[in-house]
Amino acid sequence: MTEKVKTLVRSDIAEAIHQELGFSRSDAFKMIEKTFSIIAAELATRRSVKISGFASFEPYLKKERVGRNPKTGKEYPISQRTVLAFKPSPVLKKNKK
Amino acid sequence: MIKSELITRLAQEMHLSTQNAKVVVETIFDEIIQTLLEGGRVELRNFGIFSMRTRKSRMGRNPKTGEQVFVPEKRIPYFKAGKAIVNAINGKK
Repeated sequence: MTEKVKTLVRSDIAEAIHQELGFSRSDAFKMIEKTFSIIAAELATRRSVKISGFASFEPYLKKERVGRNPKTGKEYPISQRTVLAFKPSPVLKKNKK
Repeated sequence: MIKSELITRLAQEMHLSTQNAKVVVETIFDEIIQTLLEGGRVELRNFGIFSMRTRKSRMGRNPKTGEQVFVPEKRIPYFKAGKAIVNAINGKK
């Protein structure tokens, strides 16, 4: 349980692109930023993004509903909102361990 | 939007060849997949966090026959959307 898990961040991906294509790490970093900002902009228009071999991201609307503060038991309305469904491709579901 | 459209847009906006944009996009997702399959997590600030979650083994039922079956523990990829993206899809700044 206490085994440290590896956390991948943008700069690790930039390093991989640098190794793969020879772009500078800072250019690679900008490409990664751009890639995710294109995806985010698309999702912001509530259209889904499908990356085959990885996953799809699908925005969907959740209606207003009644929630409760678990501490006080008071009821509050939870406003209507759009949330993202993440649907992983079967590639990601391989059970390694 | 599908992957090929993402590649085309990345190529246009970063002035890359389509071939290079394709390798960039594929490298990004390959790195994420590799990390997740090794049990690690991926943190992309403002976008979100990808991690693996473990589902406990349980006794399930075959819905057709009603027979009890053992469902083993499994690991499921999970994505938690970042604040920026949650606000963006809700039309907030």
